[in-house]
Amino acid sequence: MITLTHFLALGAILFSLGVAGIFLNRKNVILLLMAIELMLLAVNMNFIAFSHYLDDLAGQVFVFFILTVSAAEAAIGLAILVVLYRVRQTINVQDLESLKG
Amino acid sequence: MESLGADVMLALPEVILLGAASTVLVLSLYAGRAGEALAFWSSLAVLGAVAVLVGFTTTPQETFAFGSLYIHDPLAVAVKLFACLTAAVVFMYARPYLQQRSHARPEFYVLGLFATLGVLVMASAHNFILVYLGLELLSLCLYALVVFERDSSDASEAAIKYFVLGAIASGMLLYGMSILYGLTGSLDLAEISAHLGSRTTDSIALVFALAFIVVGLAFKFGAVPFHMWVPDVYHGAPTAVTLFIATMPKLAAFVMTIRLLSNGLQELLTDWQQMLVVVTVLSVIFGNVIAIAQSNIKRMLAYSAISHIGFILLGILSGSDFGYAAALFYTVIYVLMAAGAFGVLVLFASQGRSMDRLVDLKGLGKSSPWFALIMLLLMFSMAGVPLTVGFYAKLYILQSLVQDGMLWLAILAIVMSVIGAFYYLRVVKYMYFDEPDEQLHVRGPGLAQAALSVNGLLVIVLFVFPNTLLDYCVRVLN
Repeated sequence: MITLTHFLALGAILFSLGVAGIFLNRKNVILLLMAIELMLLAVNMNFIAFSHYLDDLAGQVFVFFILTVSAAEAAIGLAILVVLYRVRQTINVQDLESLKG
Repeated sequence: MESLGADVMLALPEVILLGAASTVLVLSLYAGRAGEALAFWSSLAVLGAVAVLVGFTTTPQETFAFGSLYIHDPLAVAVKLFACLTAAVVFMYARPYLQQRSHARPEFYVLGLFATLGVLVMASAHNFILVYLGLELLSLCLYALVVFERDSSDASEAAIKYFVLGAIASGMLLYGMSILYGLTGSLDLAEISAHLGSRTTDSIALVFALAFIVVGLAFKFGAVPFHMWVPDVYHGAPTAVTLFIATMPKLAAFVMTIRLLSNGLQELLTDWQQMLVVVTVLSVIFGNVIAIAQSNIKRMLAYSAISHIGFILLGILSGSDFGYAAALFYTVIYVLMAAGAFGVLVLFASQGRSMDRLVDLKGLGKSSPWFALIMLLLMFSMAGVPLTVGFYAKLYILQSLVQDGMLWLAILAIVMSVIGAFYYLRVVKYMYFDEPDEQLHVRGPGLAQAALSVNGLLVIVLFVFPNTLLDYCVRVLN
């Protein structure tokens, strides 16, 4: 039997993986975008699990909004990435260090 | 509010702004070379119209629309008025700069209008969904604005940092919201508040959710320890965009914090108070101390912004109506000062020379006495020197802290303000006591200069009449 706790644990694990992916990744900016997406999907998992458990539709409605917004967010992130690559010829995270002080 | 028509009437400012921003976007595509002027003037007209409309719909009590998704109350009205005004002023300052750098494209104004729409939506949000949508509308526009100068290496790096950290902040906020939704069974702020008041839910889980929400808010505010993006973004973005980022999101972050923490989670006051104490103490200390070490004026103002944010949060964490009013007062005054200070930088930068380093300000008192004087007033005001309104802004915050028995926080804030005065006065020293490397004369459109002069003088005028604005803030948050 799969209970609410299982879903919440899965959500928490996915969310932690997303956060860890952002902070541990030293290589590629595209991996950062994937980690961000993972965080948002973990949140969606939480909302759907709660929505089902509480028998309340509002959580699922929220998920539709999050999915839409995260698509827009990914589009802007990739656009910035294209600009970055065109200017710098690299999308290596370690090379992003010209702003300091 | 029963019918859809009445709901739409209540949200008319947002509807008009959305329609106008979309229309300007499409029209400016077909207007060719005139597109930029068209976008600029129609943006100003639209913002003016929306401000007038908002001003006419002032209401003493709360009205709800769209099934309590949308709230219309004095706080929403106040924030919307200030947001429209800020956007208009920023557009006026930014235009000569953009024209000089041949970045004068209509997109700047369109993105600015959409960002303003995001702030308006947040000001009226009474539901997690609307808070999130308004926040993202604002943030996505800002990410795009940072990279507005497409061939700038610094700007693209700043944009990717801003984007990644902003997305983490949204993720944290959403995760906290999802847990709260599970615990209270609702996304509506009033229902959450009622639920928390009536029943004892699992308090550890509540604090867990609250921590994520506070972290998300601190990220968006740019408070220490979630401030990493602030100096880089201020530095890397074109100065006209920095001007926008230094002003508009502060209003948005303030109203979002009040909506979430006060309207929704006032029952958890003692818990979020403790979290905010940590954040504010760190912000006030680190912001002021690290700012001293900066040689780039945009980075210096970024760290100064972090310390001012600490002050705004100090007002909020007292948890009383007067504390919220003092925080609103401080936010408005800070937006005024930041708009003025970056306005002066943008004005000089639009004369075709870089104004990024502190030493670029050398001798400004001789070559451009009037705007050096404006900058001096703004620096004094940021430092909290009497005869400028920044003094009252800090005073009211301290007053609210003392009223709530947090004397040690008030003393810490005073000590850090004194330390902070050093780097503001250093700007004055460069302007008045150093010889200029090269002569600099300000030419250009009178509109930006007139607005900037009014902006600088307001700092003095509001010192003489602080009560008009304070009374308004108190009334709004009662």
